[in-house]
Amino acid sequence: MTYTIKTEKNEWEIVCGLEIHCQIISKSKIFSGASTEFGDDANENVSFIDAGMPGMLPVLNKECVRQAVKTGLGLNAQINKHSVFSRKNYFYADQPNGYQITQYEYPIVGKGNVKIDLSDGTSKNIGITRIHIEQDAAKSIHDLNPKKTYVDFNRAGVGLMEIVTEPDFRSPEEAGAFLKKLRSIVRYLGTCDGNMDEGSMRCDASISVRLKGEQGLRERAEVKNVNSVKFAMQAIESEAKRQVEVYEQGGTIEQQTCRFDQATGQTKFMRKKEYADDYRYFPEPDLPPLDLTDEYIENIRAQMVELPDAKKERFMRDFNLTAYDADLLTESRETADFFEKAAKGHDGKKVANWILGDFFARLNADKLTLEQSPIKPEMIGQLVDLITNNTISGKIAKDVFALMFETGQSPIKIVEEKGLKQVTDSSQIEKIVDEVIASNADNLAAYKSGKTNLFGWFVGQVMKASKGSANPQMVNQLLKDKLDK
Amino acid sequence: MTDLTELTIAEALKSLKNKEFSATELTNAYIQKMENTREYNAYVLETPEVALEQARLSDEHYKNGTNRALEGIPLGIKDLFCTKGIRSTACSHILDGFVPQYESTVTQHLLNAGASFLGKLNMDEFAMGGSNETSYYGPVVNPWSSSEPLVAGGSSGGSAAAVAAHLCAGATGTDTGGSIRQPAAFCGITGIKPTYGRCSRWGIMAFASSLDQAGPMAKDVRDCAIMLRAMAGYDAKDSTSVDMKVPDFEQVLGQDIKGLKIGIPSEYRPDGLNKEISGLWDKSAQMLQSRGAEIVHINLPHTPYALPVYYIIAPAEASSNLARYDGIRYGLRVKGEKLDDLYINTRTEGFGTEVKRRIMIGTYVLSAGYFDAYYVKAQKVRRLIKQDFEKAFEKCDVILTPTSPVSAFKIGDESMQENPINMYLNDVFTVSVNLAGLPALSLPVGLDSKGLPLGMQLIGKAFDEETIFKTAYALEKDAAFKRK
Repeated sequence: MTYTIKTEKNEWEIVCGLEIHCQIISKSKIFSGASTEFGDDANENVSFIDAGMPGMLPVLNKECVRQAVKTGLGLNAQINKHSVFSRKNYFYADQPNGYQITQYEYPIVGKGNVKIDLSDGTSKNIGITRIHIEQDAAKSIHDLNPKKTYVDFNRAGVGLMEIVTEPDFRSPEEAGAFLKKLRSIVRYLGTCDGNMDEGSMRCDASISVRLKGEQGLRERAEVKNVNSVKFAMQAIESEAKRQVEVYEQGGTIEQQTCRFDQATGQTKFMRKKEYADDYRYFPEPDLPPLDLTDEYIENIRAQMVELPDAKKERFMRDFNLTAYDADLLTESRETADFFEKAAKGHDGKKVANWILGDFFARLNADKLTLEQSPIKPEMIGQLVDLITNNTISGKIAKDVFALMFETGQSPIKIVEEKGLKQVTDSSQIEKIVDEVIASNADNLAAYKSGKTNLFGWFVGQVMKASKGSANPQMVNQLLKDKLDK
Repeated sequence: MTDLTELTIAEALKSLKNKEFSATELTNAYIQKMENTREYNAYVLETPEVALEQARLSDEHYKNGTNRALEGIPLGIKDLFCTKGIRSTACSHILDGFVPQYESTVTQHLLNAGASFLGKLNMDEFAMGGSNETSYYGPVVNPWSSSEPLVAGGSSGGSAAAVAAHLCAGATGTDTGGSIRQPAAFCGITGIKPTYGRCSRWGIMAFASSLDQAGPMAKDVRDCAIMLRAMAGYDAKDSTSVDMKVPDFEQVLGQDIKGLKIGIPSEYRPDGLNKEISGLWDKSAQMLQSRGAEIVHINLPHTPYALPVYYIIAPAEASSNLARYDGIRYGLRVKGEKLDDLYINTRTEGFGTEVKRRIMIGTYVLSAGYFDAYYVKAQKVRRLIKQDFEKAFEKCDVILTPTSPVSAFKIGDESMQENPINMYLNDVFTVSVNLAGLPALSLPVGLDSKGLPLGMQLIGKAFDEETIFKTAYALEKDAAFKRK
């Protein structure tokens, strides 16, 4: 689907690349032993290293390296066996050393790619430029005191992966799909919790526009620290439209940094970027270069979990699911695992329908997460079986499902205890049918005289008389036979 | 009774073991001397109570027979080392009142060996200087001064003066471009900069991370060997420290040096070299030769580039390492309207001229557009300098050179005050060793016509401090330098 911004005169195309900072899941920080726990009291988890005390030295946390390699493999990327830490020098109150330890010329992960699926059914490959690992800054808190800024160093030194994409996005939708996909992948891998609202995944977008068919790139604006997928899409759209407007009015766009205003949905100018900031990068002398062996990398590769794309394909193949359903079911590893447990040994397609339909609707209505669900996955499989083997009707199944949700009991037990088993004995149903016909002679006469729409009324009477337990197909068949005789 | 402070560490240890005197008595002797000898300005902080408490514990260890390698030996600690609960300032105004809540690995090792700490020693601010004149606490006076006050050398000037004047039994120093060896030479004592990675840098305020290395400064070669063994060792907290067994350096002292190849680099004898120094150099070589060592002439062709390379790399790293002194979390804070003003005011007032100069040089050489021409090129030449040594060591076992092209000069020397390059030139024989990460020792071998000590430098292969100690011990015997 080609997305363009059409004006009276022209048709414009968006060119966008993303930089995503993902906080690495690890018990301790990337260069110190302090805890990475989120939400503790301010300055609770700060080592002498994190506070930039004199004489302190960083020691690389191997777990963070492992997580970065895992993420690289998850993004089909080249793992660089040799990488180097560098210092990025700048002064700020939340940067205790006056420099950030990061990777510059030699990042740990090189080129990769991620497939995104779009709403029109097409897919697109987004190029990954690199991933490097670095330390997070502390957090400046400006709004507690009108005259003071407080600094919370709990975040200082938490490991980050900076994932940089190629400028491959041509629409807000593509960027949104990528962010969702990336979030899903890192969550599957357990390398980042992907919570954009908590800041553990933060997105910067570089946006420029050009006339459709134009080659080369125009000046770009960088929108910093967008904290949701929706806002990222809005930011890209509004910034692109703003640029188009400027160009159409004969203006020019200067390289600049903006922020996204959630209230207005617009980007706000922050500062010009006439000169590239001079961070005076140089190799970090306190840390030797990071050299990985093939064996180390292959070891991690061998332990990789199945990722959303592979899982989706397998679900489509093994359970005969549509791409759409498979997509929904594989978005999170928890949902996919739930589905697989539920579908094991049962009709997968029907299980999928129940999960994506009634089950999710009820979870949403009750504001429950999958983990909090009173229904265990196996129970959904059992429910589907009860319907398939005609033990209960689809209609009864809805009631059973409601009871399952309320009591947490298995459908088998509920059906048995409540006597909801469907009557499939034809002689038993025939008896009810006969009784209903016999006691409604006038309606029978009316039906016979041509009011055939009374058929449904008869079905309803029979079902009512059987307390809903009669097999509806059999009721239909028997009534048809008797009434049309 | 002899003055206890004039005993070497080895002698003192022996007497302590024999219960000839107690650690407390020894410590008191030093405390007394410190009180009577403040004119050298060697200490910036005296901690007699700390030392006496440690001495008391040492006496118990001797009583219980659990005495350790340096039990009861009173040491002075360069102010660059962070010492837990004891003010540590790198002799900079910017670290006013800073009391670390942690102990540097090296000083912890010394404490674990039973040493006691008499106080913090004066030094050039952040170890930047070669005369101890950049200290916020004023210059150190060389105990060898006679008519006019002379410098003690730097940056470990306080350490060198304190050892020479018997204000401590031994001292810690650090050496980034000669900061142990040059003051040792100026003050007529012995000091060794071990191989890069031998001693942990954890808890030592960083000047130039890829060059900094701690080492002992003491009355003689044996004391250095004893101290270094205690100070050295792998530290998981310093990723550049090397996981190698620390040998018992003392064991090699007195070993035969027959057949040992002593390299004499021709590049260390420039045309204008002081005749007294070159004479002593030749004499030292002859002494080793007469013990059966073989003199080998070697070349270190990139030597002329060592100083410029050093004065690019060291300031580059320093400009970044010193960025943390910003007035936000500890030390001096000079307020300002905005955050930037606070930085500017604090750093303007907190840093001295030489530190500012090096921060500026370092910032400049790392800047976009200059980085390749300076820093990258300097790193390339640094590799060539290292290769020079590797090639030289194919021909020899240890290299002998003078430590410094000059002896101690007067405090406030105009030519050096006017042009810092003249000061930097004094590092010409010492900086290559740091660039190559090699171990090197300076020992006093004689006096010049002014009656001032001159030092010789022995440079060894990486992690071969043993050959250095063995050779130095032999030379020390023959030179028979008379301590102050």
